[in-house]
Amino acid sequence: MITGRAWVFGDNVNTDLIAPARLLKRPVAEFARHCLETVQPNFAAEVKPGDIVVGGVNFGCGSSREQAPEALRYLGLSAVIAKSFARTFYRNAMNIGLPAIVCSEAGSMAQGARLKLSIEKGIIENLDTGKTHKCQAIPRHLMEMLNDGGLLGHLEKRLRAKKSETLQR
Amino acid sequence: MPLTLAEKLIAEAASRASVEPDEIVTCRVDLAMMHDLQGPRRVGPMLEKLGAPIWNLDRVVVVSDHNAPAIDTDTAGILDFTRKWVQAAGIKHFYDMQGISHVLLPERGHLRPGMFVVGGDSHSPTGGAVGAFVIGVGSTEVCGVLVTGEIWVRVPHSILADWSGILQHGVAAKDMMLKMCAALPMEACDYRVIEHRGDAIRALPMGERLTLCNMSPELGAKTSLIAPDEITVRYLADVGVHVEDADRWQSDPAAEYERTLNFDAAALEPQIAAPSSPSNSADVNDYQNVSIHQAYIGACTGAKLSDLHMAAEVLRGRRVAAGVRFLIAPASQRTTVEAAQDGTLATLTEAGAILLPTGCGACAGMGAGTLAAGEVCISSTARNYKGRMGDYTSEVYLGSAYSVAAAAVAGRIVDPRDFVQ
Repeated sequence: MITGRAWVFGDNVNTDLIAPARLLKRPVAEFARHCLETVQPNFAAEVKPGDIVVGGVNFGCGSSREQAPEALRYLGLSAVIAKSFARTFYRNAMNIGLPAIVCSEAGSMAQGARLKLSIEKGIIENLDTGKTHKCQAIPRHLMEMLNDGGLLGHLEKRLRAKKSETLQR
Repeated sequence: MPLTLAEKLIAEAASRASVEPDEIVTCRVDLAMMHDLQGPRRVGPMLEKLGAPIWNLDRVVVVSDHNAPAIDTDTAGILDFTRKWVQAAGIKHFYDMQGISHVLLPERGHLRPGMFVVGGDSHSPTGGAVGAFVIGVGSTEVCGVLVTGEIWVRVPHSILADWSGILQHGVAAKDMMLKMCAALPMEACDYRVIEHRGDAIRALPMGERLTLCNMSPELGAKTSLIAPDEITVRYLADVGVHVEDADRWQSDPAAEYERTLNFDAAALEPQIAAPSSPSNSADVNDYQNVSIHQAYIGACTGAKLSDLHMAAEVLRGRRVAAGVRFLIAPASQRTTVEAAQDGTLATLTEAGAILLPTGCGACAGMGAGTLAAGEVCISSTARNYKGRMGDYTSEVYLGSAYSVAAAAVAGRIVDPRDFVQ
């Protein structure tokens, strides 16, 4: 269960805005400071651990740079909810263990709204309005990967299982 | 069951007789590509943490293009790390400052019809122009592929882009793609595959086909495809890849597409994308008289030999306008060599163009040609998002190499058809 305040963005937020290319040669602490600054200049400074990004359609379009979800995770965001995602951002976020949740009603969530997200159930409760919103179900193999903390954790588990299987033989 | 080309390619990689849209399947990867910015420096430590070997060293290509050549100690360090990692890991295919990955893969004979390829960069679909299924992913996903040799995909629906007629002289594949960006919402092709077909496509040389497929992520597409034909087979033979199964990698005549988009290439006007999105594209006439500070020909999208030829055709016997910088960063070292041999570079530089090193350069504001506050640039690259090529207040217009060169001569955006015979 995730609870956090909503940071609301519009449609087609691209990854150049989330993680500017000219800063990618530097460590995450540096490029994360400039995350989405052209859209909401106070975002990186004011975001609190647990907060949730709410986007419109095609969130994370453009470059496939994993530093985009990485910057959000570094700043403490607990999830990204959007009407739809660019496929590269979606895969990257899930791969690093940052839940990317598709919700057609994302547009009804106001800036600063307190949201309670139950990923397994696929439900978002808006604690300010009392409304609940249904999310698109996460495919089983991705849910399992998220529970392992992302693709690396998932691979580690798989490799361990393979190793012990080999040892038992 | 009739299948689209995309479905055939995925079925082959998944060892299945057929697949259906929206199914999730695991595919065997024939080739994995990563570059200096997102590859070894990020993937290397992950592999180390997992303690797992690379599944197949013959099937991995590493390219140093994003930070090449180094412009400061950060980028020099990244290139140095990449070289040392490649050597320690035993990577067999490494291109160090030889060009941009998406252009190198076909140029150096790494692609063929029927392959399933994963690239650690969003413009990887460029390779779809030869009839391979090529998708872009992030670093952790590349790591997963390097360890397992596999990747999951949701089988995409296919969209058919049917291009009738033949392009007018002075109109290029870039204009075709910008027209699609104008005609469709940015997310219109999310998770889908665009298959290009028709008289205009059959007439396109390989360089132009690569441009067309290169920009499919700008519409959200998973990838883009052009079924192999005589032009594909001849191009690949020239780079040492002999294809005998081109007939196999065609959509079935009765294959179902989610939708068909019809375009008349003969009626297509040169297109210009205004700041700050490729979807702000319109006929060049809508942007006549926009003055520019810089014209840039570069990147995987717009600096292949075919693009340099377009620019040279416009510049022959003309001069770059006073007060305009015309920068050209050829997409590969081989492009530079060929353009030197056939006189193209002489034409360009005599007209006042400045030749830059091969590499990703100013396209993402990382190398030579980055823009200052308030500057206006017309560029043959793929993206013009806010701040993409430099300062957040700089403005980038996108166009074909014809349009970029014509603007360099005029000092403002103009119809390039007035500059070619």
